[in-house]
Amino acid sequence: MAKFSIGNNIRKLRFNANEMTQQELAEKVGVTRQTIVAIEKGKYSPSLELAFGIALAFNVPLEEVFYVENNPP
Amino acid sequence: MSYQERRSIASLISTLLIGGAYLLYVLQRYQADAPANELHFWASAILIMIPVYILLKIVAIIVFTILNTIATRVQEPDIADERDRLIELKSVRSSYYTFMFGFVLAMFTAVLSMPASTLFLVLIISLLAAMILYDVAQFYFYRRGV
Repeated sequence: MAKFSIGNNIRKLRFNANEMTQQELAEKVGVTRQTIVAIEKGKYSPSLELAFGIALAFNVPLEEVFYVENNPP
Repeated sequence: MSYQERRSIASLISTLLIGGAYLLYVLQRYQADAPANELHFWASAILIMIPVYILLKIVAIIVFTILNTIATRVQEPDIADERDRLIELKSVRSSYYTFMFGFVLAMFTAVLSMPASTLFLVLIISLLAAMILYDVAQFYFYRRGV
């Protein structure tokens, strides 16, 4: 299977959610602020549970939060 | 630099200081006392090392937490989430492989009929190397990502 990376729109979604801070999002989904920072920077791919948790925090479907950056051939 | 990265560096420094000082102390005692029962001396050295290391490490972490809070004026929540647990697991794995390599090396010294002091010295050094690698791996994973 070809390698692909996962991008995210968390920064944009936070902005649209009344400039929600990373700390506020972290508290909503039950992780540390550093984990949210790492996810935003693409340094950490969250578990399915956390990914859905983030989507629920913004009240949007999962694919609006995360997307495939390089489509496999 | 994040809180976890600073904590890893503090842990690494304390490991180097505690481990290095203890190793020097044991070597000095060994040369000064020239124990008749080498096995007893080295086994005691390892058994004493474990609680001493744990105790001093706890003190070092408390000191770091206090200094960090004073410097940043932010009290970091000491919770571990899924990323912390993953990094912990990966670091423990690196540490485990290092110690296993040292253990096999120590067995080779016994097979080659080297003195007991060599075997125990290799064991203590591999223990220290495993602890150091644990801190280095944690810093690396927090900085580079997992």
